[in-house]
Amino acid sequence: MAIIDIKNVKKIYNDNDVPVHAVNGVNLSFEKGEFAAIVGPSGSGKTTLLNLLGGLDNVTEGDIIVNGTNVNELKGSKLINFRLMNIGFVFQAYNLIPVLTARENVEFIMELQKRSSQERKSRSEALLKAVGLADRMNSRPSKLSGGQQQRVAVARALAPKPMFILADEPTANLDSASTENLLDIMERLNSEEQITFIFSTHDSRVVKKARRVITFEDGKVLSDETK
Amino acid sequence: MKNLKLAWRNIWRNKRRTIITVMSVFFAVVLSVLMGSMQEGIYGSMIDNVVKTYTGHIQIQHVDYNDNQSINNVFEQRSGLLEEIESIDGVEVAVPRLKSFSLISNGNKTKGGALIGINPAKEEQLTELSQWVVKGDFLTQDDQGVLITKNIANHLEIGLGDTIILMSQGYHGTNAAGLYPVRGILAFPTQEMNNMGVYLHIDAAREFFYANNKLTEIALLVNDYENVPSVKEALIQKFDDQYNYLTWQELSPELVNFINSDKASAVIMLGILYLVIGFGILGTVLMMMAERRREMGVMVAVGMQKRRLSTIIWMETMLIAFIGVVAGFLFSWPLITYLSANPIPITGEYGAAYEQFGLEPVLFFKVVPQVFINQVLTVLAVTLVISLYPYYYIGRLKTIDAIRGN
Repeated sequence: MAIIDIKNVKKIYNDNDVPVHAVNGVNLSFEKGEFAAIVGPSGSGKTTLLNLLGGLDNVTEGDIIVNGTNVNELKGSKLINFRLMNIGFVFQAYNLIPVLTARENVEFIMELQKRSSQERKSRSEALLKAVGLADRMNSRPSKLSGGQQQRVAVARALAPKPMFILADEPTANLDSASTENLLDIMERLNSEEQITFIFSTHDSRVVKKARRVITFEDGKVLSDETK
Repeated sequence: MKNLKLAWRNIWRNKRRTIITVMSVFFAVVLSVLMGSMQEGIYGSMIDNVVKTYTGHIQIQHVDYNDNQSINNVFEQRSGLLEEIESIDGVEVAVPRLKSFSLISNGNKTKGGALIGINPAKEEQLTELSQWVVKGDFLTQDDQGVLITKNIANHLEIGLGDTIILMSQGYHGTNAAGLYPVRGILAFPTQEMNNMGVYLHIDAAREFFYANNKLTEIALLVNDYENVPSVKEALIQKFDDQYNYLTWQELSPELVNFINSDKASAVIMLGILYLVIGFGILGTVLMMMAERRREMGVMVAVGMQKRRLSTIIWMETMLIAFIGVVAGFLFSWPLITYLSANPIPITGEYGAAYEQFGLEPVLFFKVVPQVFINQVLTVLAVTLVISLYPYYYIGRLKTIDAIRGN
């Protein structure tokens, strides 16, 4: 059963009065536990689709239904709360909170969810251990390498037990060893936690690991292949 | 992670900027407290000068005397009057005086001045007049001599033991004239008082003016400034409209006006100071917001409500102000306490200028808790207003634009 239904979604930007169809009539659905990559050249609309899926941007037309809820109909604090409870984010630039340690960054999201301190502590430790950072839990982001920061970001995205994780170019700033390591971790956690991962990427290594590859071009789905 | 803990860590992300902002708040508090305490100290000294050097806290006069300060507008010092007044709660001493204008001459030099008849013992309790005697002796109970103020003595070129001629109009148009030996020279802290005139025993003054048992005023020393209104009320209750009762504010309206206008100009100065500090804090807030726009976008994206995020930024601003205010308070309190016990003398040209304006050439400071409270509350209020900006900014923040860095 699909947890995400994207129905004829369009996103048109009107910068400089010239309409740009960033996403142009996309229909897709994702099921629980998928490990999917959206690929395509720069400007093909993959990041825009992720932003729409995450409720960070509004569709111009169409609907995005997540587990029966139309994301487009949510506004303000309801939308923020929806993201908190259902969606995990992994950004290209890690975007950890610099004044918090690795553990605190992971716990922070769960605190927003008002989970008990005991649960926060045990889950953050387990997740950081799972991403290989058991010995760096009390380090702040500035003391971690790019690969380590991105692993903390993955742990943070998984912490609230979201329905799905959106990862926008998660390996773009990493070297190949870190990329391989991160992908292995995400693949393992995807299997263990049964959380859907949706990547936008240029990276062939990500494509190789993905079990489903959706190719975008000019805001449209060019192909959708499941391995 | 509690909001306060997060805010505390955030303010130390840019230590230099936080310290500079804290220092600006610190200096605002210290400067404004210094300014306020100095004002209160100087006002207190001026009031003390006026009250304890001459007027007293309250004066009882003939009902017409204040409008027409003539020797004819006097009243009888009936038996027991001073004791009755001194029996009122808060009155420490009632000091009888007979005062008028007189020409003071020595040889071919003449100068106009006040002639003030005093009861030396009573006067001493209010004005401690003897402390200003720089040459000679204070008046004794049956003295027939005079004390003369420094500038008049210099003008008339007289010294101790010399005799002066006093000429005036006596009670009910009589001619008043007499020869009086100089018992002492008075040197007051202000030029205005050094130009005043002569003091003589009240009995001698009554004889001079042909005003037997008459008074122009009774000056009262009250145990506390705060009690002046209640003592005045008690006098009205006791003596009704037999006399006129004037407080030191009514007797020295020019001093009250000076204090009020000085306070008004100080408010403008403080306003400018707060404005500068306010813009300093606003600058810090704007920089914090601009630098962390992307981070704020991410926090909202991952699920932090905007209201909570705004509260954290609000706390950061208030924390910076609070640290500055507390540091300013802790520094300025002992400083003002020290300065109030050790006022700063003003010497040289500035000191002379002070004297010319009738001010004692000393910078006095006074520890007034209200001054501290006012400055602290004002700085916090300014910060509070500025700290509302993040609510506006974050309320309008578009998550996607913030994350993209637009």
